[in-house]
Amino acid sequence: MSAASTTPAPASAPGRESIVRSVLTNPLGLVAALLLLLVIVAAVFAPLIAPFAADDLQIFKINAPPGDGYLLGGDGSGRDIFSRLVYGTQNTLVGALIALSVAAAIGVTAGLFAGYFGGRREVVMSWVADGLMALPALIVLLAFYQSLGSSIHVSMIIFGVMLSPGFYRLTRNLVNGVKHELYVDAARVSGLSDMRIIARHILLVIRAPVIIQVSIVAGISIVIQAGLEFLGLGDPAVPTWGGMLQDAFANMFVVPTAILWPGLAISVTVASFVLLANAIRDRLQQGDRVATAPKIPAPAPHPVGTAPNDAAVLLDVRELVVGYPTKSGWTEVVKGVSLQLRRGEVLGLVGESGSGKTQTAFAILGLLSTGGRILSGSIWFDGRDIANLPESEMQKLRGKRIAYVPQEPMSNLDPAFRIGFQLTEPMVTVLGISKAEAKARALKLLARVGMPDPVRTYNAYPHQISGGMAQRVLIARAISCKPDLLIADEPTTALDVTVQAEVLELMRDLQAEMNMSVVLVTHNFGVVADICHRVSVMRDGRVVETSAVQSLFADPQHDYTKLLLAAVLDDVTPRVYRPVQAKEVSA
Amino acid sequence: MLSYLSKRLLSSLVLLALVTTLTFALVFGGADNVAQNILGDNATDQQIADLEAKLGIDRPLNEQYGTWVAKAVRGDLGMSWTMGESVSKILSGRLPVTLSMVVLAICIIGIVSALLGIVAAVRGGWADRVIQLISVVGFSLPNFWLGLILVVVFALNLRWLPATGYTDFLNSPTGWLASLALPVGALVLSGIASASQQVRGAMIDALRQDYVRTLRAGGIKPSSVLFRHALRNAMPAALTVLSLQFIGLLGGAAIIERVFAIPGLGSVTVQAALSGDIPVLMGVVVTMIILVVIVNIAIDLANAWVNPKVRL
Repeated sequence: MSAASTTPAPASAPGRESIVRSVLTNPLGLVAALLLLLVIVAAVFAPLIAPFAADDLQIFKINAPPGDGYLLGGDGSGRDIFSRLVYGTQNTLVGALIALSVAAAIGVTAGLFAGYFGGRREVVMSWVADGLMALPALIVLLAFYQSLGSSIHVSMIIFGVMLSPGFYRLTRNLVNGVKHELYVDAARVSGLSDMRIIARHILLVIRAPVIIQVSIVAGISIVIQAGLEFLGLGDPAVPTWGGMLQDAFANMFVVPTAILWPGLAISVTVASFVLLANAIRDRLQQGDRVATAPKIPAPAPHPVGTAPNDAAVLLDVRELVVGYPTKSGWTEVVKGVSLQLRRGEVLGLVGESGSGKTQTAFAILGLLSTGGRILSGSIWFDGRDIANLPESEMQKLRGKRIAYVPQEPMSNLDPAFRIGFQLTEPMVTVLGISKAEAKARALKLLARVGMPDPVRTYNAYPHQISGGMAQRVLIARAISCKPDLLIADEPTTALDVTVQAEVLELMRDLQAEMNMSVVLVTHNFGVVADICHRVSVMRDGRVVETSAVQSLFADPQHDYTKLLLAAVLDDVTPRVYRPVQAKEVSA
Repeated sequence: MLSYLSKRLLSSLVLLALVTTLTFALVFGGADNVAQNILGDNATDQQIADLEAKLGIDRPLNEQYGTWVAKAVRGDLGMSWTMGESVSKILSGRLPVTLSMVVLAICIIGIVSALLGIVAAVRGGWADRVIQLISVVGFSLPNFWLGLILVVVFALNLRWLPATGYTDFLNSPTGWLASLALPVGALVLSGIASASQQVRGAMIDALRQDYVRTLRAGGIKPSSVLFRHALRNAMPAALTVLSLQFIGLLGGAAIIERVFAIPGLGSVTVQAALSGDIPVLMGVVVTMIILVVIVNIAIDLANAWVNPKVRL
């Protein structure tokens, strides 16, 4: 459409054919495309299709019912409604095309420049765009009507200008998103001019979103144009859908059904544009979505096996399998993990990224990401199988019996609430104590985790404290309800090295003080040596080796463990063998 | 806060000045046959010249503009050319009517969109399909056509509600509600269509955040996670949509007031546009911009209240 005139398409456009084809294979997309085709055909061949000329009037057919040559009846002046509808398509499409061309030409061009070059130009253009968006378009068009004259097409030019911010923002954001991509940098380094980079690389990226915007803006233009004509702002000599609606409105008490046809014509045309846009968007989003979730396998018999005989065993994970749905079925990310944790013990869960340690931890908490499921296996916690426990039951355990310390402290505090609220809310909910008591306890906890000024931290928002402090807050929150089991997912990874040592020290002290059991997920053997009693090494969703810490460092059994240790020892030898250093730092 | 307000007011004044200047130039510049329009086709040249002199449009454009600005800053927007009243009086009589309709509409849009959007984000299923359907239907049905259909169905056939007219809230609250039910019903559909989708998207984003998992891990009730934490974080996006909706409703009101013969700002704008009553049009433009500015400032303040990171 008009966008094509502003977007010189590359000679070979890979993907364009496939977009067209996939839109047409989408049933709604096909229907929309056919309807639009019909509208265009009606506009082009109007004189051949319409049985009467647009302003042919037969005086005895004023407000006539359908039939007798007038397919949809006669209007208030005795003209054929059907013929006028057909002729009205021309005016509608031309008006939409005008608004669209103006909006796309201005918006896309300005967006490309603002996005690509940035700087002061972007500031000025964005200010203008904001200003235009702050104006009610219809009011502006009404205000300008007298000076613009009765041609609706001139109004549509103005309307196009008022719609250009939509294209501008879209294009600018898209360009901002891609302009630092490596392939654009590469093109720049290889000496391509800015214009050629924009034409070749950037237009390719913005093409599909701009086509979507074109469809939406076409729809908006048709509605607004009809609205102006309905108000009587068009040229009465030209047959238009909006003008017909005005005529039907005037005769509404005589023939109420006459308001149907022009309105239907507008709605169906606009809906076709929207459905077309949706079809294109669906096709663009297909990549990251599972079309149909795979069949959910029958839940494993529950509970599996019997509780561990030894009462000292707090957590006993047996043959745990966790999967996520994909197009080709369930993808297992944990493939039969078994772990045992005794009361008061710290178990390290070590492995490289993607080895399934975090997913194992989330499975124990019952907090797998959307779609994830425990496919088989059991999780015995304090004599009870909690794998696939109903959410309401699981909720009673979380916070009170099993607590969690996340990896990235800043993103794990709700930015909209003060620290104090976030600390007291779980205590009030889980322990059922009063707010005042929760506050007293929270202040004590903040002092205990090493906050220099507990009251100030209590009243602060998350963005007002440092990452290390945030992690201490999260630890304080996790232990606030005295859980039996603490699951810490890389609790020090996101922190500075000196802060890491302090936080680890804090966790070790708290563990000893409360005799908590801890599952510590980490990829850092230094942390393991510091705090863990036993270690399980994970690789590719499986536990390859479990042993006491000393024996693991002294005599690793599995080749993969040896490999990991060899890789680590070269880097951080001092941290592994000098846990004492941590005390010096925190003192 | 003070620097925010002063900055905001300054940029609003610049916007106001730019738009009124542009409007003035375009509208008055194009006002060649205003006197002819007002007097009709039978007017003599002398009559036209007299009227032009009386209205002051025979003077150079910049002089007219200077007079208009000088009066406008003192709150005097001049006399209407066709309605026999001062512009300020016309606007102040009409504004409350339109505002009561738009505010009622925005409240309904906000509440329905929030409910639909939240249910769709959390549950998916039927609410998701309803939102998808509404997004197509609400976008495609012009609000004035929807208004006409509502009139035919509920006023002409069922005779439940009045087809036209407006009852003041102070005279009769129920009459007010009855007179606005159909126009507001016609106005809200497209607003719900876009706002509910935005709320759904913002809620899905908020529920994906790390802290949501951590809150759940801490034993916080699902209702609190949803309505206290996620909703509050989704609020800024929703509020921004509502401010855009408000601007759209001000325009939409123009047509809807015409359909339902409601004596508001919109119908007076249409009347003035058709008859070329330029002082009224200028007054409407000024009023609209001030309204938009007030709403945007209110939305910014609400955002700052919701989001502690925003410091005004």
